[in-house]
Amino acid sequence: MKELRLMKGNEAVAEAAIRAGADGYFGYPITPQSEVLEYLMTEKPYEKTGMVVLQAESEIAAINMVYGGASCGKKVMTSSSSPGISLKQEGLSYIAGAELPCLVVNVVRGGPGLGTIQPSQSDYFQATKGGGHGDYRLIVLAPASVQEMADFAKLGFELAFKYRNPVMILSDGAIGQMMEKVELEEQKPRWTDEEIVEISPWATTGKTPDRERNIITSLDLDSHRHEKHNEKLQAKYKKIQENEVRYEKIHCDDAEYIFVAYGTSARICQKSIELGRKKGIKIGLFRPITLFPYPSNALRELSQGLKGILSVEMNAGQMIEDIKLSVGTTFNVEHFGRMGGVIPTPNEVLEALEQKIIGG
Amino acid sequence: MEEKISIEEIRKEENLVFVKTKLLTDKSLSYCPGCGHGVAHRITMEVIEEMDLWADAIGVAPVGCSVLAYEFMNIDMQQAAHGRAPALATAIKRLMPNKLVFTYQGDGDLAAIGTAETIHACNRGENFTIIFINNGIYGMTGGQMAPTTIPGMKSSTSPYGRDVKIMGNPLKITELVATLPGTYSVSRHSVHTPGNVRKAKKAIRKAFENQKLERGVSFVEIVSNCNSGWKMTPNDSNIWMEENMFPYFPLGDIKVDGELVK
Repeated sequence: MKELRLMKGNEAVAEAAIRAGADGYFGYPITPQSEVLEYLMTEKPYEKTGMVVLQAESEIAAINMVYGGASCGKKVMTSSSSPGISLKQEGLSYIAGAELPCLVVNVVRGGPGLGTIQPSQSDYFQATKGGGHGDYRLIVLAPASVQEMADFAKLGFELAFKYRNPVMILSDGAIGQMMEKVELEEQKPRWTDEEIVEISPWATTGKTPDRERNIITSLDLDSHRHEKHNEKLQAKYKKIQENEVRYEKIHCDDAEYIFVAYGTSARICQKSIELGRKKGIKIGLFRPITLFPYPSNALRELSQGLKGILSVEMNAGQMIEDIKLSVGTTFNVEHFGRMGGVIPTPNEVLEALEQKIIGG
Repeated sequence: MEEKISIEEIRKEENLVFVKTKLLTDKSLSYCPGCGHGVAHRITMEVIEEMDLWADAIGVAPVGCSVLAYEFMNIDMQQAAHGRAPALATAIKRLMPNKLVFTYQGDGDLAAIGTAETIHACNRGENFTIIFINNGIYGMTGGQMAPTTIPGMKSSTSPYGRDVKIMGNPLKITELVATLPGTYSVSRHSVHTPGNVRKAKKAIRKAFENQKLERGVSFVEIVSNCNSGWKMTPNDSNIWMEENMFPYFPLGDIKVDGELVK
């Protein structure tokens, strides 16, 4: 039976991970996501489901614990916020290179550097274009509610194992900290050892006489063979782009203008739409849910009947590059954003549309 | 006329004095002739075979000369980022407590870039084994100064010898981890003579047995030569190791059954 609770986004993702049958969480405190580890340590899933929870000595250690656990075919995850996610990039590159499934939650705060603890969306490039070294991609899910923080924990694990690829939930400090009602799914049992061998025959579970040894590595010193490996990764990302695009359209049917926004920005845009429609502006919202794969085709189709698009992001204009790649550089697209942890108001978003797109 | 003995006759079972363990692959070792890694690999795999733990063993390879250890060790293995092997092993052992988990790391990996992971895994008392090969140099990248390069020792980044006033002191990480409450057994060995090989093998077996006790990290250091990096013949490097490395890194038990050896 499903259960209704009032929770913070950070708590919801933790509880949903337990219920999704996660085997391990490895984390390190950082604002504004420390509630994930705090919640898990309070809930003690290691006594209930057997899920391992460990506070590591650093974000670097935490992501490498995830690497070790994922190599064993276990459902493992970590969470952090921007500066900590930067530290995890080396590990993420190894995990992507070795084709391992795992879930990483980034509750984004403003940067660069130590920046601020307030919400931001300035890690879009890092999340969607690679982050660490080498040609690789994460599957990136952008929740816009506490409910989606919970839903994407389960979805994230499913996609991670489907494609043997790290999945990132790209949240922000507002979604992580705010409380909303959330519908939680029933507890799923953790996989048994036998199930793990069946689901992930590549995993290092100990070499039994019936199979060759399993090796988890991202290294291949033969450049031609390593090129083949890279081609295989690229083919996988193409398949992900073909199959896993997710987005939401709100009030788009009669729209002349749209906002394109994800996460907290998308919520603000919904209020701006209300205000705009009262003034007679036919305006809608296109909300990408997957940031990689980006819903380019859907956005291109939608743009055919539009007069203009305003990209609303809590950064200096990062996602707008993907919008332009989708609709073309000659289309009427502009960016509006606030930086450094400032959240835009619905009124200033609407004003930006009026000035930059309608009046522009 | 002398009777010629055929190769088949020599290969008779009663003449066998050595059989390569099945836990080593047939791949040619990538290590330089004279290097201690090959022997350290062999005795580690022999112990796992003798303890009948093939199906339980999960090893973690480092970055360094032994980055390709998984090519030679015929067991399930993971290749870690530089220095992070203890973090991987922590998760493996916690998620699969019945497995035999070990890291195999060099001095640059374990005592420089991975110092935090080493110390914290040892301090938490993780129930896995660390096999630490200390040759006082970065072999793979071409002989640069390592955290365990001893004072006065030459390397490509200490070409006039390690001057501790400029380059700082070597780190006796093994003595350091022995002081932590999470280590159960800590010892230092070498593999440059048959007698020392036997002692090192015994220590690895003891370390794996200790892992089963679940009382914390079992840590085995092997002081080894790097004849290429030290720019010596294999024999000269072993003599140099005895005369220079052993006084700085004395062989023997450092911590036994959770107690420091006085």
